[in-house]
Amino acid sequence: MRRTRTTGALALAATAALTLAACSDDGGTGDGEGGDEGITIGIKFDQPGLGFMEGDTPSGFDVEVAKYVANELGYSEDQITWEEAPSAQRETLLSTNQVDMIFATYSITDERREQVSFAGPYFVAGQDLLVAADNTDITGPDTLDGKNLCSVTGSTSAERIKEEYSEGVNLLEQPGYAECVTALIAGQVDAVTTDDIILAGLGAQPSNAGQVKVVGNTFSEEKYGVGLPQDSDQCEAINEAITKMIDEGAWQEALDTATEGTGYVPNADLNSPPAFEPCA
Amino acid sequence: MQEYLEILREYDVLGAFWVNIQLALWAAVFSLVLGTLLALLRISPISSLQWAGSAYVTVFRNTPLTIIMVFMVLGAWGQLNVTLSSDFNLNFFWLAVIALTVYHAAFVCEAIRSGVNTVPVGQAEAARSIGLSFLPAARLVILPQAFRGAVAPLGNVLIALIKNTTVAAAASVATETSSVMKTMIEFRPDYIYAIFFTFAIGYVILVTPVGLLTTALSRRLAVAR
Repeated sequence: MRRTRTTGALALAATAALTLAACSDDGGTGDGEGGDEGITIGIKFDQPGLGFMEGDTPSGFDVEVAKYVANELGYSEDQITWEEAPSAQRETLLSTNQVDMIFATYSITDERREQVSFAGPYFVAGQDLLVAADNTDITGPDTLDGKNLCSVTGSTSAERIKEEYSEGVNLLEQPGYAECVTALIAGQVDAVTTDDIILAGLGAQPSNAGQVKVVGNTFSEEKYGVGLPQDSDQCEAINEAITKMIDEGAWQEALDTATEGTGYVPNADLNSPPAFEPCA
Repeated sequence: MQEYLEILREYDVLGAFWVNIQLALWAAVFSLVLGTLLALLRISPISSLQWAGSAYVTVFRNTPLTIIMVFMVLGAWGQLNVTLSSDFNLNFFWLAVIALTVYHAAFVCEAIRSGVNTVPVGQAEAARSIGLSFLPAARLVILPQAFRGAVAPLGNVLIALIKNTTVAAAASVATETSSVMKTMIEFRPDYIYAIFFTFAIGYVILVTPVGLLTTALSRRLAVAR
């Protein structure tokens, strides 16, 4: 009696696993790979200025670079399918071929290279601080002693603060940056931290404009790469497309639009132009 | 395998589970107290109290826990300056305990009320006839039998509570399991499935004994009628 029950449970689990596998296979052949049909690109849907989805219209710097690169690879704008690529799902989306490439503030790291390939970087960001517009005593990470700082749970930024600065700083971890900015404007936290360009995008939002500013003293180097499936052969072609975009001035234009009105200037040494990583 | 064990040590996974257990224990105690009081309101003979009890249950049983958590941080702490501890991080722990308590008290109340329904009306009438008023009758006659009938549903509430402690991530409790899991996946995507299964199995190990225990207790304590 007991035995049959266990076997039954195992059979059920196996069936479930197979069904799931079948689903993800369909997803892969359905909208991935297809040269003539189109291309599926993963972006963030919730990062104003970088990857932001309003209705079905995406906007932001990541989106502009993605459109340009896709165009160079032979896909017109209406052949692009936009998929949401939340941080925790980026590797899975690529390794199961549910998306063909990802432009989503995706920092190139060795651990990630174990699972995916990267082209680029197309931008080098740095961790920075967003503070109230009239704040003058926070000028960098060493001026945070006794201050309340907000970042997103599980993010690189929060982890760096914990490891290097948490002694004197109070770290509030929230599910998203929108909550952090709310707490900043309410005055309960003194600063919000993540990559400078993300902060600039948040600051450029109409509801926050004029109330906050980016400090402009970065303390890390985040190389935003184009995430690709591990067996992809498009790295070289994408790098060429990015080079062309920078040379033509479209890259600078997209950057200016994304961060308009925040006085944000990206780190010029690292971004003129960003040095490509080898395509391996 | 060796490398994965090192990752587990580096991120203090056991410590993370301990935080969730602590959240669950405090919230279980507080919500049992609050839930019992609410159940008393709902079965009391005074209709305004009945109304208050059912209003509470309707509001908090139907509000998602995440929203209550976010309110505790962005509303209670962020706008109203509610501070429960002078320690910055401990403050969020207690805000999360309160959120878990107010949410689960509604379910505890309903579980106890289902227990009250197992007590025959004759018991209440008998209590009345020997001169007990509502509160002594509830304390001496009705609730003791009701709790014995409510062990199984209370066990379900406890199981839900244990798993719901992971929502405390929304209240900035960064040392609990779902936050730690998020961090681990962010930094070690090469071990994403191993990390996920570690936490999933951790919860199975944590929750299964609670289910077995309450089932056994509910059998043993059931009042034979």
